Amino acid sequence: MKKTIITVVGHDTVGIIAKVCTYLADNNINILDISQTIVQEYFNMMMIVDRSSSEKHFATVAEELEELGEKIGVVIKCQREEIFAQMHRI
Amino acid sequence: MINIYEVNETNKMVEQENLDVRTITMGISLLDCIDADLSACLEKIYHKITTSAKELVKTGEDIAREYGVPIVNKRISVTPIALVGGAACKTTEDFAQIAQVMDRAAHEVGVNFIGGYSATVSKGMTPADELLIRSIPLALSRTENVCSSVNVGSTRCGINMDAVRLMGEIIKETAEYTKEQDSLGCAKLVVFCNAPDDNPFMAGAFHGVTEADRIINVGVSGPGVVKTALEKVRGESFEVLCETIKKTAFKVTRVGQLVAKEASKRLGVPFGIVDLSLAPTPAIGDSVADILCEIGLEHAGAPGTTAALALLNDQVKKGGVMASSYVGGLSGAFIPVSEDQGMIDAVMAGALTLEKLEAMTCVCSVGLDMIAIPGDTKAATISGIIADEMAIGMVNQKTTAVRLIPVIGKGVGETVEFGGLLGYAPIMPVNPFGCEAFVNRGGRIPAPIHSFKN
Repeated sequence: MKKTIITVVGHDTVGIIAKVCTYLADNNINILDISQTIVQEYFNMMMIVDRSSSEKHFATVAEELEELGEKIGVVIKCQREEIFAQMHRI
Repeated sequence: MINIYEVNETNKMVEQENLDVRTITMGISLLDCIDADLSACLEKIYHKITTSAKELVKTGEDIAREYGVPIVNKRISVTPIALVGGAACKTTEDFAQIAQVMDRAAHEVGVNFIGGYSATVSKGMTPADELLIRSIPLALSRTENVCSSVNVGSTRCGINMDAVRLMGEIIKETAEYTKEQDSLGCAKLVVFCNAPDDNPFMAGAFHGVTEADRIINVGVSGPGVVKTALEKVRGESFEVLCETIKKTAFKVTRVGQLVAKEASKRLGVPFGIVDLSLAPTPAIGDSVADILCEIGLEHAGAPGTTAALALLNDQVKKGGVMASSYVGGLSGAFIPVSEDQGMIDAVMAGALTLEKLEAMTCVCSVGLDMIAIPGDTKAATISGIIADEMAIGMVNQKTTAVRLIPVIGKGVGETVEFGGLLGYAPIMPVNPFGCEAFVNRGGRIPAPIHSFKN
């Protein structure tokens, strides 16, 4: 499994999750977990996804999600899970 | 599974608190480049560096992108050139040619510094060692990315005072050779006691002879992360303070460990060590001095500074050691003046002097670092300062270093601008009393006794 963490931060608007999920579905990326909060009108979402069935390279997915974020008006970051696991788990 | 709060904490460290991996440094042995013919030696060096480190910069960039953590510098350290060039170099000009080849190779592979224009002379100098040392001013004035270091003492061997005297002169000469750039050459020249073989940080990095053919060493940073964590425990006891530093250092170092292992895997080069360091930059919020202020000092240099730094340094190590499988290099809090806005402010405010900095170096890595002094400071005085700092390292069984910049044409009250990571610095006053008779004695200071272990 190639676990990747996607974070989406920005002003809340209609359809953010829908658009991100559509992109992931189109690229055969499976969503394992989603958590989301609104902090002071700021939309804050984290997804754990599995890229192992996707044919696209990590860098391409990261770039395309970044572009998608620009269109919606939010910041989308794509990071490999290990950075968080290393930092927060012994 | 990882939760949103943990993800947000990590990303906040990167985005707002300047968490980064300061450097991935590839150590490359050049022992197999030794040749009696200079041009053959130069060619072998160029070839070895450019082939070994061909993918270094790209790999660093890929890892940074995939994990979302900046890797600020990609660098190279090589075997001390005094050993590599000894057979081929008959003049200082010959040695300087090696520096120029190193510079070209560094440009070719895209790294911003290459260290190892070095000699280790803690007990004595070979003719090659002395020739290399005498070629340093020329080498540093002709190159952009080459860094030089000379190890003049160790706990085992004592201090080579002939080398200390010579280095005072060489630092002055390097300042003269690079005076058009505010004596910038001296910012790339370090004098060490107990220099480690696996240090990834410049300007003192070199690839020691105890190392494998190639190795990946990583230096982490994160003063801003520690400072922010401490803001939440203002007024709490030392126990809470220390625990907070330790936990934060653990997290910061884990990032370094991950990056080091990943770089090692992708490059097919063994992982060496993680250097557990708090390395500041001139960026606001990336300052070790600011941590000292957060601990409770009005300015770095105020009474209590040495104690605060000692606890900070120790907690960083305690947190970091568990986070990494191999720890090495300099490992500790760095206190360079020009590279740390809080230090600069402290000097400007009159809170921090050269003497207090010397005291601080007794309890942290690495020494009198990036300190601009008046251009008319005598060579013997510089040697005296070096000798003091080397004695601290020798007696305390730790690495100490001196990186002083006598800025030609400038005096106390003026400032000097080095640019980039090297920052800017106010010129600090130096004790005006002489030490020529001491420095000129010649010979060695014997190694100290640390009980009769053998």
